[in-house]
Formats: sequence, C-alpha cells, structure tokens
Amino acid sequence: MTALPLETRGLCKSFGALTVADAIDFRLEPGARQALIGPNGAGKTSFVELVTGNLRPSAGHILIGGGDVTALPQAARVKRGLARTFQISALFRRLSALENVTLAIAERDGVAGDLLRPAGRHRRIIEEGFALLETLGLAEDALRPVSALAYGRQRLIEIAVALGLSPKALLLDEPAAGVPSSETGLIISVIERLPADIAVLIIEHDMDLVFRLARRITVLVQGRILVEGPPDMIAADPRVRQVYLGERERR
Amino acid sequence: MRVDQTAVDIFARRHRYRPVEALPWIAAFAAYALFPSYLPLGAQILATILFALSADLVLGYAGIVTLGHAAFFGTGAYTAGILAANGWGEPISGLLAAGVVAALVGLASGCIVLRTTGLTLLMQTLVVATLLYELANKASRFTGGDDGLQGMVVWPIFGLFRFDMFGRTAYVYCLAVLFICWYLARRIVHSPFGRSLTGIRENVRRMHAIGAPVARRQLVIYTVSAGLAGISGALIAQTTAFVGLSFLNLERSGSVLIMLILGGVGRLYGAFIGVPLYMIAQNRFSEIEPVYWYFWIGLLMVIVVVVARGGVLGLVERLRR
Repeated sequence: MTALPLETRGLCKSFGALTVADAIDFRLEPGARQALIGPNGAGKTSFVELVTGNLRPSAGHILIGGGDVTALPQAARVKRGLARTFQISALFRRLSALENVTLAIAERDGVAGDLLRPAGRHRRIIEEGFALLETLGLAEDALRPVSALAYGRQRLIEIAVALGLSPKALLLDEPAAGVPSSETGLIISVIERLPADIAVLIIEHDMDLVFRLARRITVLVQGRILVEGPPDMIAADPRVRQVYLGERERR
Repeated sequence: MRVDQTAVDIFARRHRYRPVEALPWIAAFAAYALFPSYLPLGAQILATILFALSADLVLGYAGIVTLGHAAFFGTGAYTAGILAANGWGEPISGLLAAGVVAALVGLASGCIVLRTTGLTLLMQTLVVATLLYELANKASRFTGGDDGLQGMVVWPIFGLFRFDMFGRTAYVYCLAVLFICWYLARRIVHSPFGRSLTGIRENVRRMHAIGAPVARRQLVIYTVSAGLAGISGALIAQTTAFVGLSFLNLERSGSVLIMLILGGVGRLYGAFIGVPLYMIAQNRFSEIEPVYWYFWIGLLMVIVVVVARGGVLGLVERLRR
C-alpha cells in the first residue's frame, strides 16, 4: 500500500472556548479529487492552516506521505510534497507570471539559496516554468506583471505556483473565489486537467464547482467531520441537506 | 513539450549588463578629470554610495526596514580606525577586518532583531545602533569617546600610493572598492538567492508557502549588507583619518535612507543617483545657507515623495513608458 499524501489523526484545535477542529480523522488518498465543504465557521480555513503549519494543533497528528509532520514548520511540509493555494490571491504582484512560477521551482529544486550564479543560468527551471504556464494557457502572459492580469488569470497563476512545487498533495482554498462566473469555467477545466497522480483537496463554497470536480466529499460542521462519501451520497444525506444545502436553498 | 524560446530567452537574459550600467563609472572618471579640487568630497560620495548600496540590499530587496544601519557603518569605521591608530595602518587588511567585524555584528544582532517585523523591527535596529553608540562613547580609551578617534596613521596602499592632500589616492581607492562591492552586490541581486529576497519583499506569506527558509535568507543578506556597510565606514575613516561618534548616530542611519529614497529603492542604482544628489546639494546649500540648508533637503524630500515616488529612477521608469 502506498502512503497517504495527507492524513490527520485526532486533530484538535481550540481558541479558548471556541473549538475549530474536534478530533478530525482525515485521509486524502493518492490521486484523490476530494472536496472539503461546510457552512461558514465550520473550520475549513483552520483545517488548512493546521495542515500547512500556520497553526499549531492543540492535539493530534498530521502526516504527509506517511511521515509525521506535526512538529515541523511550513517549509519542511512543503518539501515533503504539500502545496497550497490561497483563498485571496497571494502572489508576487509586481513580478512577472514566469518569475512567480520560477521562484517556486527554484525552491523545490533547492537552488534558491545559490548566491553567486545568475538566476538566468538556471535555464532548465525557466523552461519548466514557461512550459507550466503554457499548459495552463498563460504563455502570452508569462512576462507581464501579475498585477496587470485579469483576476481569473491570477487565480490560475495561484495554481501554477503551487504546481511548480511538484506536490503530492495540493490544497486548493476556494480556487474560484472572487472570479466572475464567466471565468469560472476556465478554472474548472484547469483543475479537471491536473495530473492524475496529484491528490487534490478543494476547499470550496461553490456547490456547482464541488459537484463537478469532486469524486469524494467531506462535510465539516463545527470542527467535526459530519459525513464523508461520494457526491451522490452527500447530496442525498438528510443531515447535509439540513446543515448546508438547506441553508443554501433558503438564501 | 514545446517551449517558446523568445520569452524564456528574454527572462534568462535579465542579468546581462546593459550599456546604461556603465554610466555611473563614466561619470566617476569624468568627475575625477573635471573637478580636481573636489576629490575629497568625491571620495566621501563614493564611500557613501557603498553605504547606501548596502542599505538597498536589506531595504530595497529583502524589504527589511532598518533605522540602525549606521551601527555597521560605525563598527567598520572604528575597526579600521582603531587598527590604524594602534600601529596597523595597512589599508586593505584594515578594510577587510572592518567588513568582517561589521558582518559579525550584523549576524549577531540579526539573529535577534530579524525575529520581529514592522515597527518592532524598526525600533530594534534603532536600539542596536544606540547601544553601539553608547558603547563607543563609554569606551573612550579605545575610541576617543566624544572627541573622536585621534592619531590614525594610514599607510600607503600596497606600500606605493600615499594618501595625498588633494584626495587623488583616496578617490581612486574608494572608486575601486565601490566597484568591487557593486559587482558583488549585483551578482547577489541577480542570483536565485537575490530573486528569492525580492519574493520575500513582495509577499512573505507566499514565500513561506513555497517552502522558502525566509528567516535564514534574511539573516544572510543582513550579514552581507552589514559587512558592506562596515567597509564603507572604513573607507571614510581611512581617507579622512578620523572616526567620531557621528559615525554611529541616528542621523547617519536616517540620511542614508533619505539618499536611497531620493535615488530609488530596490533598483541597485538608486544609491548612485541619490547619494551624489544629496551630498552635492548639501555641500552647495551649506555654503549658501550655512544654518538653514536642511530646509532645502527637506523640501527636496517632500517633492520626491509627492511627485516622484520611487525616487529619480522611478521617475525615469515612468517617463520611459
């Protein structure tokens, strides 16, 4: 059996009386297309921060590729194959799209500490970065500063930077947040075409996107996993309808 | 996998030298020929350019805001000065010693102050400079305290070129050292390490998320920058044969930032424009208005902030678009 790209065991986190993660046992299988959904305040964002290492858990364990990373800082978790995107784009806005991607690739390959050789000499990295942009349909934007691009395309660069790290597990935090609906299709098609060997976890509000992309859905409510299963099962589950889908219909 | 060679080529060629980069050096040679009576001022300007260049590495590239860069400038100056006042006046080794000692102070203080960010970081850098200032003040047996360090004897460079009263040797010496340090700084800026510093400046959250050891990178550049600042302090100490407490004070830390902002931050050449502009203006204004010259510097600063964000270089960039 191959190791799980991402797993949590009994993961807990509370801020005083507020519990945002309550004994979460979570498993992301190799090559998964999984979604993490839940109403506002369910603890989705906290879960991402815990797993990536921005928050310290109160109890429990986090495993990446089968190895315990609970005590390791964010950088070490990235090195083991966990990459993420941000809900609100966190890019190097004044730098070109290609530079955004090559910075990630240089970190992955461990050449980013190189002090004396010009960055341009690492041609393989630049070519890989450009090829990556090309597969996402961003070739003509390669040399333009990110801030000059439409927001939908910036969201794609979010994904490109994460892909530059060659992750085993990829967390997409609301990949379509803030994108006009006319451009959502573009983002969905990019996610659909992600390499099959990357395990993808999508944290998302947009139910259309979730049901189009996910083959497995985890529903988080008040820091606890309420139910997990294939989309049709989730859609039919009366508890889910009550806490989540129901809430959406009422809106 | 088809790769568009043109975009890749353009990106890969960014570190190549452009003709315009020769301008500062041409100007420096021209100044030597045209203004022989101003060479002592010229040498000061060249050494201060190195100081501003070192500040640009931390402020402009790594985004570390510091109000205490004089700490390293002064440390270097006192190191070279104390050596020369105590029987070791060989300038090159004095310069290297100054760079090493200043870099060590940068490394040690960086370990503490770089744990913080923003205003706390700013205050901590200020504290380090103030501590060193008071240390130099108290240790008057070595530093001369308030009177400054007297009796520096700097030997001829390579045993051949004596520091003359017209400042010719000093000028060429400062120019050569500046050139070497600029070459080093330029290499660093264009290296993958330098690019990652820019990443830290632009978005530190993302740098963490792509697995960069942010704290270590910042400490490395802080140390390198402190070393260069130390060398610039030593240059001024050796060429003027004097070190005083003003080498360590807040005004020194602040004015180097003003010069850098005048020229343009984070562009490597801001120092080459801002420093001569500031120091020549200071020289002229203080002759015309010995008391009020700071007013004109202030006015210049206000104009830059209001109409020329990004300094002179930022203005040039906008005009070219």
